[in-house]
Amino acid sequence: MFVVEIGTAFATIDFLATLDKQSSTDIIFAISVLIWLFFTLVFANFSEVVAERRGRAQAASLRSARTSLVARVINGDTITEVPAETLQVGDRCRVSAGEVIPCDGEVIEGIASVDESAITGESAPVIREAGGDRSSVTGGTKVLSDEIVVIVTQEPGKSFLEKMISLVEGANRQKTPNEVALNILLSGLSIILLLSVATLQPFAIFSHSPQGIVVLVALLVCLIPTTIGALLSAIGIAGIDRLVKQNVLATSGRAVEAAGDCNTLLLDKTGTITYGNRQAVAFYPSSSSTERELALAARLASLADQTPEGRSIVELSESLIDKDQSATNIDPSEWISIPFSANTRMSGVDIGGSSYRKGAGDAVASWVVQNGGSIDQGSLDRVSEIASNGGTPLLVAQDDRCLGVVYLKDVVKKDIAARFATMRALGIRTVMVTGDNPVTAAVIAKEAGVDDFIAQATPEDKLSYIRAEQRSGSLVAMTGDGTNDAPALAQADVGVAMNSGTQAAKEAGNMVDLDSNPTKLLEIVEIGKQLLITRGSLTTFSIANDIAKYFAIIPAMFQKVFPALKPLNIMHLTNAHTAILAAVIFNALIIVALIPLALRGVKFRATSSSSILRRNLSIYGIGGVVLPFIAIKAIDVVLTLIGVK
Amino acid sequence: MTTSALAGLAILILTLVVTAPLLGRYIYRVYSDEHQSRETKLNKVERRLLTWLGVDPNSEQTWKAYAISLIAFSMVSVLFLYLLQRVQNHLPLNPSHLTSVSPALAINTAISFVTNTNWQNYAGESTMTALTQTIGLAVQNFVSAAVGLSVAVALTRGITRHRSGTIGNFWVDLLRSTTRILIPMSALVAIAMVSQGVIDNLTLTKCISTISGGHQCIPGGLVASQEAIKELGTNGGGYFNANSIHPFENPNYITNFIEIYAILIIPFSLPFAFGKFAGRRREGITIFVVMMLMWATSSLLLLHFETSTNQTSLIKADKIVSISGGKVLPEGQDLRISTPSCAIFAASTTSTSTGAVNCALDSLDPAASGVALFDMMLGEVSPGGVGSGLYGILIFAILAVFVSGLMIGRTPEYLGKKIQGAEMKLITIYLLISPAAIMILSAIAVMVKTSKGAIGNPGPQGLSEIIYSFVSTGNNNGSALGGLSSNTDFYNITQAINMVIGRFGLMIPALALAGALAAKQPVPQGTGTFSTDKPLFASILIATIVLVVGLTYFPVLSLGPIVAHLNLAR
Repeated sequence: MFVVEIGTAFATIDFLATLDKQSSTDIIFAISVLIWLFFTLVFANFSEVVAERRGRAQAASLRSARTSLVARVINGDTITEVPAETLQVGDRCRVSAGEVIPCDGEVIEGIASVDESAITGESAPVIREAGGDRSSVTGGTKVLSDEIVVIVTQEPGKSFLEKMISLVEGANRQKTPNEVALNILLSGLSIILLLSVATLQPFAIFSHSPQGIVVLVALLVCLIPTTIGALLSAIGIAGIDRLVKQNVLATSGRAVEAAGDCNTLLLDKTGTITYGNRQAVAFYPSSSSTERELALAARLASLADQTPEGRSIVELSESLIDKDQSATNIDPSEWISIPFSANTRMSGVDIGGSSYRKGAGDAVASWVVQNGGSIDQGSLDRVSEIASNGGTPLLVAQDDRCLGVVYLKDVVKKDIAARFATMRALGIRTVMVTGDNPVTAAVIAKEAGVDDFIAQATPEDKLSYIRAEQRSGSLVAMTGDGTNDAPALAQADVGVAMNSGTQAAKEAGNMVDLDSNPTKLLEIVEIGKQLLITRGSLTTFSIANDIAKYFAIIPAMFQKVFPALKPLNIMHLTNAHTAILAAVIFNALIIVALIPLALRGVKFRATSSSSILRRNLSIYGIGGVVLPFIAIKAIDVVLTLIGVK
Repeated sequence: MTTSALAGLAILILTLVVTAPLLGRYIYRVYSDEHQSRETKLNKVERRLLTWLGVDPNSEQTWKAYAISLIAFSMVSVLFLYLLQRVQNHLPLNPSHLTSVSPALAINTAISFVTNTNWQNYAGESTMTALTQTIGLAVQNFVSAAVGLSVAVALTRGITRHRSGTIGNFWVDLLRSTTRILIPMSALVAIAMVSQGVIDNLTLTKCISTISGGHQCIPGGLVASQEAIKELGTNGGGYFNANSIHPFENPNYITNFIEIYAILIIPFSLPFAFGKFAGRRREGITIFVVMMLMWATSSLLLLHFETSTNQTSLIKADKIVSISGGKVLPEGQDLRISTPSCAIFAASTTSTSTGAVNCALDSLDPAASGVALFDMMLGEVSPGGVGSGLYGILIFAILAVFVSGLMIGRTPEYLGKKIQGAEMKLITIYLLISPAAIMILSAIAVMVKTSKGAIGNPGPQGLSEIIYSFVSTGNNNGSALGGLSSNTDFYNITQAINMVIGRFGLMIPALALAGALAAKQPVPQGTGTFSTDKPLFASILIATIVLVVGLTYFPVLSLGPIVAHLNLAR
């Protein structure tokens, strides 16, 4: 853009200096070219402004949360009210129900429900309490009930929210490594084309057809990659913007780009791959009972059980038994529910002299034996079979009768296997991280279709896994929430911390997911890829455009002296003036035309790299060659119609 | 286009396709670590020689040390060649009593031969003594080609090594390139040439009385041996001024075929060596196919323009000498080896930085010389000079990967090596520096009065001649369009500058790139990786090369050869 500015200024001065020597058509032509060169500059700045404007709108809604807050700072025994902006790291503030939390920090006393809708858009309040993994609070969120003491962990102005605001506004955007590399190429290209145009004048003089400065500047501006140059920063801002739309805050553009480059994703099993709790999927009756009988007993034993496992047993049993026979008919006063304890490792209910129990195989078995019964071999085999398949077997018994086995299973989310398959097509390895034993983990890993898993994972395991992957050249992305995830989050190339997680985790990662949805990592990767694709596609398009511009301008420049050059004017443009002007106008308008695409991003389909390449290459490469021929011709026709000579 | 020409082209392509992979495998063995460390007799001798010269044959160099060794070696070579030419009148083997070469011409020639350009602003037989030709120019024909091979191997190592601080040892590579590849192959080619009547003697000058009673002195010399390396090392500097159209250099069809083959074989075999280094045959084949397509296209275009141009327009342009009995005798050609082979020869020498000629290029249809000019503008990558062709096209390949690789949504990588800012900087310098020098110097040449006086033809053809001379020297080709009398101080010096920039200005970034890439940890390859061994990539690579070159030179081309051709066609 700098080249365009200098060139336009230079051409204007030259034009004014030689004004008296020119014919009126030449003057009109020169003025039109200069005006359009000026427009080129305006449009280039416009694209950035539009991108920033969109970001700013988002930032404004974030910022509205933090206007003029007052913090009640605890000073020994006294409490003083100070403006939030003056808070220092280590200050402790008291926040009561109805007040807005003045800063990013950590709860060190109390428990409260907090409305975080200002930053997450989620209206349901969340619990924040001292200690543990739910202690972090974000400035700008509102305490709904109770009272907490918050210790300030971020200086004002450096809080997450503020970093985010300045990022979406594009205020302190640093160039990402990829942009740096691309910029080098673009400047190299500009220099070479500058030389090409600058040395053209001596050759033209040698050929007895010296060119006006305006024409040479027009040629230069058309040739240097102004289009991509003008759109580059808009593309970067728009990428971050798309992340914000997904409720993900990134601390740097670099992280977004790295997300597109990731080869390995570390995904927590719970919440990402499975629904997060085990569910009953089958009843296996013993030799002496029926499936219906088993279902009924299991249901009775679980009715009082409010755990997700218990509820899933009740749900599953409903398909097998009639409603009227359900335990609701039994007088509740006769109920004695037996809760689960770590000692007995079973739970159940006593109703009218009958005891129903469900629980771990050996615990229930010994209970039955105690009651004078015995366990059939079939059920025992079933228990070990389910366990070896990675499931959880629950033995169900009524007094001295063993009724059978309930199969509890970690249920893999519905579409997750397909998503992992697309990731694999994109060359991304998915790794499941779980606290389960290796057997259980292997079963789920197989079902979900992940490439690898880390069972009985400790934070150290994660860290060393990440390091090993990075040593082999991979970029690793992960999600995490607990404080003990912090080292791994910091080590990973893309660390997405859950907003519900601790402040330490958020600090360590380079993104925060406000929805605390670990599956979002997949979307983040796609956004990163889309950013890179958009950049590459528009660069290709921009460079490919030059071919048509050459064919418009070069014959126009030299046709007068060398009428033989006519065959080069393959677009049959009317005359030298319309040809050059058409190229300049196209060059300016294409920037505007591409702004929506730069902001929206090139459409991204998760398929193999070669099909993505083929698609984008045919649209932006071949399209980039063909489109300007048509467009320049069309502009030329219009210019001719309005009588440009 | 005649069928015999097409048949000749087909046979040539077939020979190359069959033999290039074999030679490529051999070249890989010459440079690979495992073969270098083997205890063969030859290796032992070589190691002793290197140790005696003060080089530790087992130690490797960083890219900087490699580059410094290379530059030092080349500077000493230039100095030696310069002095040799200046004092040749006091040295033996000077029967014709040739004088000392003028300073500007001596600098031009010294740099020309050290940079593998072999631009000649002089007539060999009447300027250089046999001693200068043999211990000076012929030696540089070997070692300048060996330097090119070394850089190509160093960049190959850079791309294929992982986390390595070194890229090989320049002295070992230089020695091996010379003794294991260039000398044995030259011996074979020389013997084949001698068998067909190319002279190789120490008679030097033979004076005879002609039938018509005149007196004529015919220079002899060690021609066949120099001819062999002239082609194999893509040098192009002829023993005689007439170059490969002189009957002592190129007597018949067979020697003509051998010469074209010798020009092409090493550059075409290097991609296969590269594939072996990378452990992926297909990568090498892709590069080979790209080179082959570009060279074949250029040959066909030249054939087309050479055989189909309207003859009356050629007569008008004074380019056909005479028409007798319906037979056209084109200007600047020898019917002994006639038109079609001139086109293929021209395509081959301009595509390989050889620059040898077997017909007068200035007499061709301007479009044909335009194609030859474009071949050189490509940066000598189709298949390019010995060594320089490979490292040139690899740099284009990395550029192609960078631009199109982003479109799959990843930081672009070539053979697993990420292409980032540092690499792009070097690549940009590589691609920028030579066209910049060429265009600036050409622009100066058309503006300066003294230089304009040297132009043989007015108008567009004159412009073509100037551009051609700078494109040729800047790309270390050495082919001349003729017409331009460039043995002036102005051209001698500007061309010398141009040749230095075009050679070392590219080698240094190429070596730096080798160093940067060697240090990198490769990214694991998978389905998400940009594949560089598919036809799609081959087309992207060709498009990138043509586009970059086209964008740079289109204005100049349109004012020179394009206008000249269209003027003729009207």
